[in-house]
Amino acid sequence: MKVTVEITRRPEIADPQGTTIQRALHDLGHNEVMSVRVDRVIHLEVQDDDPNDVRARVEEMCRQVLANPVLEDFAVEVSE
Amino acid sequence: MRTAVVVFPGTNCEMDVAHAITALGGETELVWHRHEDLSNFDGVILPGGFAHGDYLRTGAIARFSPVMDEVGRMAAEGRPVLGICNGFQILCEAGLLPGALIANRDLAFICRFVDLEVTDTDTVLTRSTELGQRIRIPLNSYEGNWVDPSNSGRVALRYLDDPNGSQQRAAAVANDGGNVVGVMPHPERGIDELLGSGDGRALLEGFLHSLVPA
Repeated sequence: MKVTVEITRRPEIADPQGTTIQRALHDLGHNEVMSVRVDRVIHLEVQDDDPNDVRARVEEMCRQVLANPVLEDFAVEVSE
Repeated sequence: MRTAVVVFPGTNCEMDVAHAITALGGETELVWHRHEDLSNFDGVILPGGFAHGDYLRTGAIARFSPVMDEVGRMAAEGRPVLGICNGFQILCEAGLLPGALIANRDLAFICRFVDLEVTDTDTVLTRSTELGQRIRIPLNSYEGNWVDPSNSGRVALRYLDDPNGSQQRAAAVANDGGNVVGVMPHPERGIDELLGSGDGRALLEGFLHSLVPA
C-alpha cells in the first residue's frame, strides 16, 4: 500500500526557510502572502493489505525516527 | 583514562578531537559507530561532521547506530559524554540532551570565531573554567540554532552576540547531571594560539578532569 507522511514543524517553532521565502515573495510583489512554512513529505510503499495495520505501523515509524517529537507533528495518509 | 571518539560514516572531526585530547595528555581511541562495547572507556566524545549524511534530520539516523546504546549507558552512569557540533545534534536526537537543532536563523553556514561566556561551571565541559569567563573558539555549522520548547536545558556556554538564533543564545547545553554536554562551536580547533585561540584547552581539560576509571 502507498503511504504519504506529512511532517510539519509546530507553529511555535521558527522556520527560517519559510521566513526567507516569504520575504522573497514580498520582494516580487506578492504582498498578500501572510505566512510560508516549508514542510516535509515522505512517500512509502508498505507490503501489507490491511490499511489500519499499515497506518499503525507507519505512525510508529514516525514516532521512532521519521519525525522529531520535540519539533514536529505528523499526519499519515494510506492509499491503495 | 581512555576516551572513545566515535566515528560515524560522514564524521570528519575525529582526528582533530583525538589530536586535541592527546595534546592535553589524554588517551583516545577512534571507535567505529558499529562498535557495541565501550566498557573499556571512561568517557566518550561524538565529534563533528555529517553523520549518515545528515539525512532526514541532523543526527536522526546516527542515534540508531549500534554504539549509541553504550553512549546512553555511559550517560546514565554519569560518565562524561561530550557531543561537539554534529555530536551535539546527535545527543539531542537521542534524547540525551533536551531540545533540537534547526537551521541558523539567517540560513547561512557560519564559519568564524565566536566569543562565548561561561554561564554554568557544573558540567564536564566547563568545570575548569570560571563563571563569566570569556572563551573564543570557532563555530562551523549550518544547523546550530538550538530550540528547546521544554525550557529544561542547562546552558553552559552562551554566545556574546547572537550568530544563529539559538534559544537563550546557547552555545553549549548540559543535561541535569552536567555529565552530558553538547557544544556547537569547536573547542578542539582552539587548543593552540597558532590556530587563533587556545581557549578550547580549558574546556577539554574540564572533560579530561571529569574522567574517573570505569
